[in-house]
Amino acid sequence: MEIVCNGEKRHVAPGTGLVEFIRSLELDPATVVVECDGLILAKETYEGQELQDGMVLELIQFVGGG
Amino acid sequence: MLTIAGRTFASRLIVGTGKFSSAQVMQAAIAASGSEMVTVALRRVDLNDPGDDIMRVLDREKYVFLPNTSGARNAEEAIRLARLAKAAGVGNWIKLEVTPDPRTLLPDPVETLKATEVLVKEDFNVLPYINADPILALRLQDVGAAAVMPLGSLIGTNQGMLTRFQIEIIIEQASVPVVVDAGLGAPSHAAQAMEIGADAVLVNTAIAVSGDPVRMAVAFADAVRAGRVAFEAGLGVVASEAAASSPASGLSFLR
Repeated sequence: MEIVCNGEKRHVAPGTGLVEFIRSLELDPATVVVECDGLILAKETYEGQELQDGMVLELIQFVGGG
Repeated sequence: MLTIAGRTFASRLIVGTGKFSSAQVMQAAIAASGSEMVTVALRRVDLNDPGDDIMRVLDREKYVFLPNTSGARNAEEAIRLARLAKAAGVGNWIKLEVTPDPRTLLPDPVETLKATEVLVKEDFNVLPYINADPILALRLQDVGAAAVMPLGSLIGTNQGMLTRFQIEIIIEQASVPVVVDAGLGAPSHAAQAMEIGADAVLVNTAIAVSGDPVRMAVAFADAVRAGRVAFEAGLGVVASEAAASSPASGLSFLR
């Protein structure tokens, strides 16, 4: 199935979990903020979240800034 | 002690984390500054080059994170960024920046006020970045801003306290802390802000792009302390005529 993550189409296996997906990008689920189909996900819900075909994800993180 | 939104800080220097040459230099400079509050920005992860994760470098126990809404051009975008920052789990502090004009990065006062009202209702500690406008500062204070952050001069210009006289009015009138932000390019600028009674200053560019950010952080920390002590001690009145420091008497032997 296909999702859109940060504007890019990505193929993922059906049943892929959000945490697993974030880790596959070599990112830390503890420090990444996720917007899923326009809604901000609470950190506590990452664990049970499964990716669905057509999902639009935004992965946001803190960077240096003033 | 500086108190913002009920939290006390021993240091009156807030440091920005942008523009450092490396995460290690940033970490060392912030440690040297003695600052207890650091600003960070939120950006989409670049999946092709995720870069350093700033959260792994900065100790969350040691620093209060003050995420900014930089990049927001209106209240709606700023509110979205603030909510994302809160979801990141680093607390409810937000440095509200709404800068529609990329050339000046001057804050939009109307959108800033609107966003402050919304975010205060969502229990954020809102620190709005503003032009040095005393009336706006009062309006923001009235709707619940935790502090106001008037600019000394345009962001990243190192031009210092060009807005000094308006900031003096803000300080005189405000009941919330006044944090001078933006444009402070030298320790003397920071000292000047503190001498006129600012509660704190925020410095980023001047430290980050210095030839030696760690030593520059120390210089700013010293300047902020010196300026604060001078303010508390009470500065002399500025006069237009000379007043001799040495006695006027006892000179008859000369003439």
